[in-house]
Amino acid sequence: MSSVANSLSASSKPRWWEFVLWALLLCLPALMPTHALLISEITIIALFAMSLDLVLGYSGIVSLGHAAFFGMGAYSAALFAKHIHPDPLLGLAVATAVSAVLGAVCSLGILRGSDLTRLMVTLGVALILQELANKLDFITGGADGLQGVIMGPVLGRFAFDLVGQTAAWYALCVTLVVFMLLRSVVHSPFGFSLKTIRDNPLRAQAIGIPVHSRLIAAYTLSAALAGLAGALQAQSSGFASLDVFGFDRSADVLLMLVIGGTGWLWGGIIGAVVFKVLHSLIAAWTPQYWTFWLGLFLVLLMLVGRERLIRPWTWGHRA
Amino acid sequence: MKTPPIIRLLTSVLFFSSSVVLAQESFKIGLILPMTGQSASTGKQIEAAARLYMAQNGDTVAGRKIELIIKDDAGVPDATKRTAQELVVNEKVGVLAGFGLTPLALATAPIATQSKTPMVVMAAATSVITEASPFIVRTSFTLPQCAVAMGDWAPKNGIKRVVTLVSDYGPGIDAERFFKERMQLNSAQVIESLRVPLRNPDFAPFLQKVRDLKPDALFVFVPSGAGAAVMKQFLERGMDKAGIKLIGTGDLTDDDQLNDMGEGALGVVTSHHYSAAHPSALNKKFVEAFKKANNGLRPNFMAVGGYDGMRVIYEALKNTKGGQGGGEALLAAMKGQIFESPRGQIYIDAQTRDVVHNIYLRRVEKKDGQLYNVEFDVIKDMKDPGKTK
Amino acid sequence: MLTLLFDGVAYGMLLFILAIGLAVTLGLMNFINLAHGAFAMAGGYVTVLLMQHAGLPFLACVPLAFVFTAVAGALLEVTLYRRMYHRSHLDQVLFSIGLTFMAVAGVDYFVGSTQQLVQLPAFLKGRTEWWDGALGMGHYRLAIIGVCAVLTVVLQLLLVRTRFGAQLRASVDNQRVAAGLGIDVNKVFLVTFAVGSGLAGLGGALGAEVLGLDPVFPLKFMIYFLIVVAVGGTSSLTGPLLAALLLGIADVAGKYYIPKLGAFIVYSLMIALLMWRPQGLFARGGK
Repeated sequence: MSSVANSLSASSKPRWWEFVLWALLLCLPALMPTHALLISEITIIALFAMSLDLVLGYSGIVSLGHAAFFGMGAYSAALFAKHIHPDPLLGLAVATAVSAVLGAVCSLGILRGSDLTRLMVTLGVALILQELANKLDFITGGADGLQGVIMGPVLGRFAFDLVGQTAAWYALCVTLVVFMLLRSVVHSPFGFSLKTIRDNPLRAQAIGIPVHSRLIAAYTLSAALAGLAGALQAQSSGFASLDVFGFDRSADVLLMLVIGGTGWLWGGIIGAVVFKVLHSLIAAWTPQYWTFWLGLFLVLLMLVGRERLIRPWTWGHRA
Repeated sequence: MKTPPIIRLLTSVLFFSSSVVLAQESFKIGLILPMTGQSASTGKQIEAAARLYMAQNGDTVAGRKIELIIKDDAGVPDATKRTAQELVVNEKVGVLAGFGLTPLALATAPIATQSKTPMVVMAAATSVITEASPFIVRTSFTLPQCAVAMGDWAPKNGIKRVVTLVSDYGPGIDAERFFKERMQLNSAQVIESLRVPLRNPDFAPFLQKVRDLKPDALFVFVPSGAGAAVMKQFLERGMDKAGIKLIGTGDLTDDDQLNDMGEGALGVVTSHHYSAAHPSALNKKFVEAFKKANNGLRPNFMAVGGYDGMRVIYEALKNTKGGQGGGEALLAAMKGQIFESPRGQIYIDAQTRDVVHNIYLRRVEKKDGQLYNVEFDVIKDMKDPGKTK
Repeated sequence: MLTLLFDGVAYGMLLFILAIGLAVTLGLMNFINLAHGAFAMAGGYVTVLLMQHAGLPFLACVPLAFVFTAVAGALLEVTLYRRMYHRSHLDQVLFSIGLTFMAVAGVDYFVGSTQQLVQLPAFLKGRTEWWDGALGMGHYRLAIIGVCAVLTVVLQLLLVRTRFGAQLRASVDNQRVAAGLGIDVNKVFLVTFAVGSGLAGLGGALGAEVLGLDPVFPLKFMIYFLIVVAVGGTSSLTGPLLAALLLGIADVAGKYYIPKLGAFIVYSLMIALLMWRPQGLFARGGK
């Protein structure tokens, strides 16, 4: 194998600290049972952020409406559990499939156009879905939200408890599986072709990469995973409301990904943790104005640049 | 003789253990309010009222110190549910309270049931909320109460053809339904029912439609805080000059915003359970104390819901001697409470756990240079019509 | 029906004034400035606060709102925005969202979160009815249409007849060559950004009565500004103007005739238009 192929395959081997981190994460619900709710919340959002990373970090598509798929997954899972069967894993599968279909349809909209166009189309889709959920209130419960979702026990044995430990482990296990899946995807030839498309679509096309079909595939997969995250959310909380489609959600996950760093899968997880911890700390101190500090943090982060922010000793230097 | 060390050790152990037994833990109230977002004014009013109650009545009840934990849910039901769960599991609150909108209360109901924690709804107003969990007690009001009162008053005062305009969610649909039924009972007509989205509503096209339908009156329900926008559009389209009267539930002429609405709001008749101008000694004191503590801010019906909710919690704690018997005993002590509130006489129905109070008909008038809802008629001790069906 | 058209045109013209600054910023500096709505909100709040606390009449406050936001825009451009010009669109989006959050929370803290009500002077409050109510024109909306029309003409004249306008158009077409010809591109950016923000502030002041004014104004209306810019394109004035009018009329008519699907229509229309012509309806192609 040539040296290029060697270095490419070397980067795809999991490093030792990844195993350690994941082992630690999986033990968290046992080590910190009082924070089980926070843990499951962070995990679900981390999964959502990872799905966004696939389109943003690896394919270069700026999306302000990824919550469309998150919400689709949430409502599908909730409706499935309420009307058809309360088994969580079955619900996950259904929700993922539905979101994938939606993703495939929507991917046709983001193929052409500038960044602004894509921004608008993705935003528009999320807004339309939110309106739809609002109008079809005989199915979705409208602005009052979907009530009466009772989940069955996971794998027939672990029921969702009030403390939230089952939900935390459930979310962690699913996220781990997805992480491993995504790892193999981004280090495959498919993944590399995505990065090529992100860096220079014209040149990618010139060397024969089918740009449109790759983008469609990436977007569909990303949508499926976002729907999976949404389904986890709906199942853990036993509830789905219009805010799953909200702009706030799309903006927050975008922010998390940028904090953690796009283009490497851990970015979503780290960003989710940092964001949520910051949120808990600041909101405890000033619940009403926490968005101000969030905004300030964002502005500083963008001005200084993420690499320099995490290296305080470089702050004095000029870029 | 010096006390032998073993005796000293034993006495100190006994002393500490007895003081631990005597000094009970503090009683925590988890107050979940929308402090940011569209319903932020609700959160502000209720928080101010709760703090006022605590300032006036002290923070110790039946030997237990009261700790008020206030959390923001931004009006997002997911957040409300999660916050409630955290409060119950981590902070071990004895009571959940607040709930600025119907979806927020409905989302939290299963938590209350599962953890057997009483839930005091201080703001949300859809009829069905108290049925979502046996642990829910309400101190706010219900839309059917107001809608039925208006549905009785309007036909008696020359209003036979009405168009209804409500926000498209639980309370709005309640208001629309009960108003319509009551009107039909009184041989009057609702010729059209319009629903406006709850978030970011744009009233202009809807009001234009009402104008074109030329009814005798327009009946409006919108959540607290949106009344000003409706009023503005109503006046701008010249609807008052076209002979269309404006009626609605008191959320339209919310005390929070009423004074800023301008003279165009004069004469609007609404039905509601509380007006800051209610002429009772207790209310005058309440309004003065509230204004003093909050920079001249006038209390509205949300504040009264919060104030009375705190009263219900305090009384229940006193009657159960500090919450002995857990959530169920506390709940039992909340049911059946009857007392005077700044709004008038109020009773927490023991069967439905819902609020029974007077519904007043009020007209917007100028008093002491400011706009107030002046009460001119009352329906005493109205139960929630949504339950007696 | 005619009243609806009238309302829609008024709404559209207002949106145009609000969004034109964003269009020019995007076209000129290739900067996606999602904080544009915050400038509009600032203009609205300046007006309301000056009227309430300083007792100034409405007609005096509106130009002051323009000046204030223009100055604020200039300051921000020199200190903050200038560093972000060469960053990726994603960074710009997040930066401007951060600014917006700060503005929203800041206003909430200092002024409070209730809807602000503007007391219009009496001569603007009336309404004229023609043809027995078939066309009802609120005087205020009439004033808005008038002001915005004048502004549009002025802007077009500025762009086409003045030297600065020529410099601006040159910089939009090709920044490098313009700089090479001796045009002070930095100054062009500064002035353009200031004027664009000032116009947003003016639109906010005018729109407070019609659109409502509360701290979440930027987040509520950002989508509308973006639609105007995305559909109208950034290479002319007429593009966004037509897009804004289309949007205004579609929105008002949609909510009147099919209230159940009101907002739906606008978003679907936008997506359809963007998929058909990704560069905007009236763009000249490229970028």
